[in-house]
Amino acid sequence: MGIISPGFRGRPRSPGPQLPPGQYLTEDFPVLSAGPTPRIPLETWEFSITTEAGTAYTWSWPELTALPAQTPTVDLHCVTKWSKLGTGWRGVSLDTLLGDVETAADFAMARSYGGYTTNLPLADLLDGKAWIVYEYDGEPLHPEHGGPARLLVPHLYLWKSAKWIRGIQLLLDDVPGFWETAGYHEYGDPWREQRYQGD
Amino acid sequence: MSARLVWRVARLTAIRDETATARTLVLTVPDWPGHLAGQHVDVRLTAEDGYSTQRSYSIASAADGETVELTVQQVPDGEVSPYLGEVLSIGDPVELRGPVGGYFAWRPESTAPVLLIAGGSGIVPLMAMIRARRAAGSRVPFRLIYSVRTPHDIYYADELRMRARDDAGLDVAYAFTRAVPDGWPSPPRRLGVAEVNTHGWPADFEPECFICGPTGFVETVADILVALGHDPQRVRTERFGPSGA
Ligand SMILES: Cc1cc2nc3c(=O)[nH]c(=O)nc-3n(C[C@H](O)[C@H](O)[C@H](O)COP(=O)(O)OP(=O)(O)OC[C@H]3O[C@@H](n4cnc5c(N)ncnc54)[C@H](O)[C@@H]3O)c2cc1C
Repeated sequence: MGIISPGFRGRPRSPGPQLPPGQYLTEDFPVLSAGPTPRIPLETWEFSITTEAGTAYTWSWPELTALPAQTPTVDLHCVTKWSKLGTGWRGVSLDTLLGDVETAADFAMARSYGGYTTNLPLADLLDGKAWIVYEYDGEPLHPEHGGPARLLVPHLYLWKSAKWIRGIQLLLDDVPGFWETAGYHEYGDPWREQRYQGD
Repeated sequence: MSARLVWRVARLTAIRDETATARTLVLTVPDWPGHLAGQHVDVRLTAEDGYSTQRSYSIASAADGETVELTVQQVPDGEVSPYLGEVLSIGDPVELRGPVGGYFAWRPESTAPVLLIAGGSGIVPLMAMIRARRAAGSRVPFRLIYSVRTPHDIYYADELRMRARDDAGLDVAYAFTRAVPDGWPSPPRRLGVAEVNTHGWPADFEPECFICGPTGFVETVADILVALGHDPQRVRTERFGPSGA
């Protein structure tokens, strides 16, 4: 526990939902990104999964949205301390997308329009834990929040849920992505408060 | 664990009022490792019952030994900013760790011209860059476009006036969204493509652009810069909060 801040009481607390350490609840949907919001026309949008052998599996917008969709309701935890509970999404499970992909990789690098990257263990994208989502709260996903489509990996800090997703590259070795190179934690589990390298 | 991740107990050593609702906290941080202009710290407050909460605050000052300055805008009904803005008193301890974030940062060895665009409290890390430029004796051309609601909402007003006069190669332009000073040539309006075009750098100068402020402001300005032909890779953004200023 930290030292007491003289005269600090904090907001009145009800025994509400359990939040990861250091997080506070917000009703807003704040935005964390390092640069301008890319605008990607749907006609040219595509998403691909590339294996360690270089084989690419690619989906156009009509192809992606024709796949069986799921509507996960999940909690979001951002490294900038806010958490937002019970957010509703629509998209395609990575289990569906990775279903026919042949790979021996253990790691994945998500790549975005605009150049953003983030790395994750492949296992964290499987077993109903991750989606490519294109609707939020019943509406097409707004560009600010990663539209037309973003990765959603809600059990990790939100910077792992790459906005404006363009592809996932499967890798035999782990390579740090954009924020990970800048000192953020390589895994990013909010419940273990893995914000920065060494946490 | 690297030093910047350690929680340190800082002490409030001085206070400067910037506006009616924003003040600068001058903190002494033992063993502070130094920082780059644009980086921030995480501040942690802990109540007597053990409840604790954290927020991020940009560093306003250039690196200067154990002194770190933050400028906090009080958000109505906020949990942390009214405490830092009103309750925390000279001599009180406050926990922080950092510096955090090496991407939204200006490095004195950089030679590209710089365009800074601030909305409201978004001036804080950009002021650190202006101060670091002076501290380093850098002659890199800097332009600041600073959008505020009214003339009374300008942070660091005297210092900016002085620096615009004395620091060769620094230009400062204002945009007023609610009320303009006497004799101002145009009515209050939101920062738009005209101001960015007039007071910024042309895209072919390939400036490094830093935009900071509320989310909506940053979105708008970043879109304008991209539309004006700036390479998105050279447009760095820091979004402070959810609502518009
Ligand atoms: C990297 C980074 C750097 C930052 N640097 C600074 C800085 O230099 N100076 C500074 O004053 N703030 C800065 N902020 C914002 C700061 O971290 C807090 O969000 C802010 O002080 C509000 O905290 P609070 O606890 O008072 O309000 P909360 O209790 O968190 O929120 C209260 C209400 O205000 C709204 N709100 C929250 N933040 C803002 C905001 N920024 N503007 C308008 N409404 C808001 C919330 O949605 C909520 O409705 C920075 C944020 C980030 C992510």
